[in-house]
Amino acid sequence: MTQANSIRRAPLLRVYAALVFAFVYLPIVVLIAYSFNRDGVGGFPPRHLTFEWYRRLFADAAIWNSVLNSLIVAAGSVALALTLGLLAALALDRSDFPGKALFRRLVLLPLILPGIITGLSLLMFAVFAGMQLSLLTVFLGHGTALISVATTELFAGLQKMDRKQEEASLDLGATPWQTFWRVTLPNLKLSLIAAGLLIFTLSMDEIAVTFFLIGRDNTLPLEIWGRLRRGITPEINAVSTLIFAVSVGLITVWYRLRTRAERAAA
Amino acid sequence: MYSRIYKAIVSAPPLLWVGFFLLLPYALMFAHSFWAVRDGVLVHEWNLQNYHTLLSNPVYVGVLFRTMRIAASVMLFSLLLGYPLAYYLSFHAGPRKELLYQLVIVPLWVSYLVRGYAWKTILGSDGVLNGFLQYFHITHEPVGYLLYSPFAVVLMLTHIYTPFVFLPIYAALEHIPRPLVEASQDLGANPRSTFLLVILPLSMPGLVAGATFAFVLSLGDFLAPLLVGGPSGTMIANIVQSLFGAAYDWPLGASISVCILIITVTLLFMTERLEKRWSFK
Repeated sequence: MTQANSIRRAPLLRVYAALVFAFVYLPIVVLIAYSFNRDGVGGFPPRHLTFEWYRRLFADAAIWNSVLNSLIVAAGSVALALTLGLLAALALDRSDFPGKALFRRLVLLPLILPGIITGLSLLMFAVFAGMQLSLLTVFLGHGTALISVATTELFAGLQKMDRKQEEASLDLGATPWQTFWRVTLPNLKLSLIAAGLLIFTLSMDEIAVTFFLIGRDNTLPLEIWGRLRRGITPEINAVSTLIFAVSVGLITVWYRLRTRAERAAA
Repeated sequence: MYSRIYKAIVSAPPLLWVGFFLLLPYALMFAHSFWAVRDGVLVHEWNLQNYHTLLSNPVYVGVLFRTMRIAASVMLFSLLLGYPLAYYLSFHAGPRKELLYQLVIVPLWVSYLVRGYAWKTILGSDGVLNGFLQYFHITHEPVGYLLYSPFAVVLMLTHIYTPFVFLPIYAALEHIPRPLVEASQDLGANPRSTFLLVILPLSMPGLVAGATFAFVLSLGDFLAPLLVGGPSGTMIANIVQSLFGAAYDWPLGASISVCILIITVTLLFMTERLEKRWSFK
């Protein structure tokens, strides 16, 4: 009887949930639909299906240049954030040092503070250190801010890891170095890939911190941002559609990997 | 089990890096807020003038209050959308739960800019919504006040932060032991009192966490006002941004940033305390 109660249908709630889903997805559906609209970004209904905007997009050198810049920054950020995040996760998991609680909070700050605070702080730092604003400062900003993501994901992975394997390796005469490469890292493989994908996606999409650190070369979001000020065309819908598709793909893979990592540990 | 050298090797690089590239920049922000600009040049003279200017200028105080109102609205609407959704998924979705959960969290990580831009194309005076309204003869003239208003900012930020609010609430609901809910029902409570007396109190930590996220992230947003807010939708972070740009008064901008930072950190700290006290043991 309780069983029947707890799965009791709730038609109103169901309709409400469907409406919330519609609210979350409808703007994106509209965005995609109008990327194929010959007559521009507005009006209703969209008519005259065209691929013209995608054709223009693929011929747009400035966009692809900014994509390349974004890829460089994202790849660098993944490498930096994963390396330092892994070390930070190991330190939090296995070492005690003065200020550990403070360190744990400090690392997470870029994730919970508004982007403008982190962006401006890094801008002041760059000026203070006499650095020219360029893709290098953007990379330093992304890489440092995203250590938070790497640390969180990898710390969770470490907590679930079976300690006995490492103990056995050390007992059987492997050096700590060998144990790290042959036992610890392979065990963290799924968490590392998952964290890397998430960092890559977040770096490719980042705008609030980048806004203050960008030099002459634009990343993709900043290139789009610049165009929005000059008026909007369905070409921006087209590039947004592609960004959305790629992000959804990467995030779905990330989610699957993470679920698999959790199941493997359980 | 781990030697001291091992511990030093794993701790030193992240500590040094984070100290140098994160703690130092945040400290510089604090330092700037006590400095001044004289004749267009930054001078390192310690004073409280920026905070005085900030609190005595009615424009800044007014924008700060508007920002809080916008952030509070975003928080409220995200809760109104996110909570029932989380409740539905946790208690009524049945076998489709996993898929629906994925459908909520995927947009969470997908480009802020793409989602903001979508609203810009929908709300504009020759946008999709106006086209729709005129096509079905609901209005005869384009409605001009949809875009470039505080309303548009609230709408866009609610859209972006609803999945953020959903996540901790859903996690809290999933952690409620189901026998408690069944016991309440077996003892004769109707669904309404079961919800109000059992489920809602036990989900409070998630609700508070979600609400704080929505409020804090909206509080420091400067991109939504630029995209869809217009002059009447200007928020406090836009003032900071202009002080760092054309107006060139970094110290004053830094002092506003410090205020945003203090509000944010205080709220997060209070939330953490509340969550600990309310969480189910």
